[in-house]
Amino acid sequence: MSTTTVAHHDEHAEHPTGIMRWLTTTNHKDIGTMYLTFSLIMFFVGGAMILGIRAELFQPGLQLINPEFFNQLIGVHALIMIFAALMPAATGFANWMIPLQIGAPDMALPRLNNWGFWLLPPSAILLTLPFTLAMFGIGDGALATGWTFYPPLSVQGGIGVDFAIFAVHLLGVSSVLGSINIIVTLFNMRAPGMTLMKMPLFAWGWLITAFLLVATIPVLAGAVTMLLTDRHFGTHFFDAAGGGDPVMFQHLFWFFGHPEVYILLLPVWGFIPQILETFSRKPMYGYKAQVYSFWAIGGLSVVVWAHHFFTSGMPVPALLYFMYSTMAISLPLAVMFFCWIKTMWKGSMSFETPMLFTVGWIILFGIGGLTGLVLADVAADAQYHNSYFVVAHFHYTLFAGGIMGIMAGVYFWLPKMTGHMYNEKLGKVHFWLTAISFNLTFIPQFFLGLAGMPRRIPDYALQFAEFNMISSIAAFVLGFSQLLFVYNIVTCIKGGKKATDQVWEGAQGLEWTLPSPPPYHSFTEQPTVK
Amino acid sequence: MAKLEKSEQLSQKQQLDLKNKILVRKLLWLLLGSLLFAFALVPIYDVLCEMTGLNGKTNNTAAVLTKAKVDETRWVTVQFTTNVMPGLGWNFYPKQSSIKMHPGQIETVIFIAKNTTNQVVVGRAIPSITPGIAAANLKKIECFCFINQALKPGEEKEMPLRFFVSPELPKDVSDMTLSYAFFPSVDGVKE
Repeated sequence: MSTTTVAHHDEHAEHPTGIMRWLTTTNHKDIGTMYLTFSLIMFFVGGAMILGIRAELFQPGLQLINPEFFNQLIGVHALIMIFAALMPAATGFANWMIPLQIGAPDMALPRLNNWGFWLLPPSAILLTLPFTLAMFGIGDGALATGWTFYPPLSVQGGIGVDFAIFAVHLLGVSSVLGSINIIVTLFNMRAPGMTLMKMPLFAWGWLITAFLLVATIPVLAGAVTMLLTDRHFGTHFFDAAGGGDPVMFQHLFWFFGHPEVYILLLPVWGFIPQILETFSRKPMYGYKAQVYSFWAIGGLSVVVWAHHFFTSGMPVPALLYFMYSTMAISLPLAVMFFCWIKTMWKGSMSFETPMLFTVGWIILFGIGGLTGLVLADVAADAQYHNSYFVVAHFHYTLFAGGIMGIMAGVYFWLPKMTGHMYNEKLGKVHFWLTAISFNLTFIPQFFLGLAGMPRRIPDYALQFAEFNMISSIAAFVLGFSQLLFVYNIVTCIKGGKKATDQVWEGAQGLEWTLPSPPPYHSFTEQPTVK
Repeated sequence: MAKLEKSEQLSQKQQLDLKNKILVRKLLWLLLGSLLFAFALVPIYDVLCEMTGLNGKTNNTAAVLTKAKVDETRWVTVQFTTNVMPGLGWNFYPKQSSIKMHPGQIETVIFIAKNTTNQVVVGRAIPSITPGIAAANLKKIECFCFINQALKPGEEKEMPLRFFVSPELPKDVSDMTLSYAFFPSVDGVKE
């Protein structure tokens, strides 16, 4: 009874309507919704770019786009997918779910939260604007260096590089603000009785992500600032003629870039066990082991960066150190894999869409992790470096491990957020189309890489034609099946079967004690956790 | 009673605000620290490179000619590669592609540079040595890379490099590559 009164009262929650509601909102649910929507839009923008690439790679030779534009699409695709699709999706979930999961009325710094979000659209515009400017004859398009900005190419590049540098600055400020907000919320706003070791795993994953962001984003910001001064203000940080060193940029970039991988994955590792325990109908196995694994991976992630450029030249002892420390990451990761499987073990499992995505995620992310071990081997890496093997590897970790994980989270929490059940049948079709076409896209790329096809090149030798054709066709299926995802989300927001408060039979945690959808202001009286 | 409850709530809220403010301040210090760390990495990197030969950088000043004993029991092959960087309209190549020598033995190799443009151009050669671990063992006595080089339009010039490989060369190194990249001079003046 009392819950219905709360829900009814919420209808009259005071906030501006129309566009002003979204521009001025400090409500964690509104901001979470904006993050998730923005992420979904940018997912399609980045996806459209890569379909352009795959269309060009459908056949050997140059057919559709010129090499310069090809390079621009590759770099901007990566930057958009990482900074504008995956990271905002994770931040969106954090905004929506962390206050609900820890029983807080809102995020600790709501106005900062609003600002953090509204820095994102301008940076997305900065990233893509050079394409439009080039159409009007201004500049020569977006950054064409790949997302890694390696000098000397990025020092010689056109205005696209400057736009991308400022976009990275803005994105960096945005994610640092988001991180500070999340850390403060998690430290100061937990419900009475909820100790750190009682926090839901998703909150734990985000806590470590947030610390990694605060510690490493400034290094990226510093590195691209040095690039900017090298380009325009006569410094020589990366210019060998002036006593600098282009390889130093690689060290600076990957000092940020490798933790970034775990920044993208830790939030997913957080909620995946929550989905597993829900649909296995038994408590998660090894909560503490997983928390400690998070810490171990967070710590290791900042000391292994140089494995991204083994071939740039390093003394043998350094190569060995980076090889062994990289391989050491697989130990805590293996602990987590064990916990995930043990959580399902002898559970009374059912396979609704979130669980399908999660189980598929475990297998595919496992392939991503194992192929990473191959690349960590210095001797093998000399051959596979910058080949399609690398491309396939990091898509297994970031598309399967990142985006498919996020999709599992979307299906898991969508009924809670909207108050309606999504179309289960459509969800399952979406999963199978995604999983199959994803594998058909990237398994051929493993073989292409082993056979020696280099990445970031618009043309290729005839021997690679068949595998590229399969990969391109599957990529288009993969891209277009995501329209089902959008359709399912939109219809779920508009209506559908009413979701119960608990939504899923086995769901555990504070967010499932609230009505679906939760009232505009929730937990104004903090619950007590035993 | 209601009033008391309200003031208690207010002070609780103020307490929380204060706690939040303190934590935000600490996190901002962390942020500033990592930004400073990013810029501190530049000198740290240089020092590390000097210590380990990480990036193949060599000392770009003349080595003091010590009376090093020639180690006639070993051979070392030094190969030469050259690059002309964008913006410098030169041809630049070594007269011989490699040299086989004993550690301690002093040799001279001639590089040839030709200005193919119709104006005076100033360039600067930047050396790099592979494997990096041996970089410190290649000692230059006299090198065109110590100073900026100016070429008149169409001028061709022989540029000598006089060097030896120190007998302290690590035992397992038998081959070295000395690479020269000729850049347009940063300051543009002839020294």
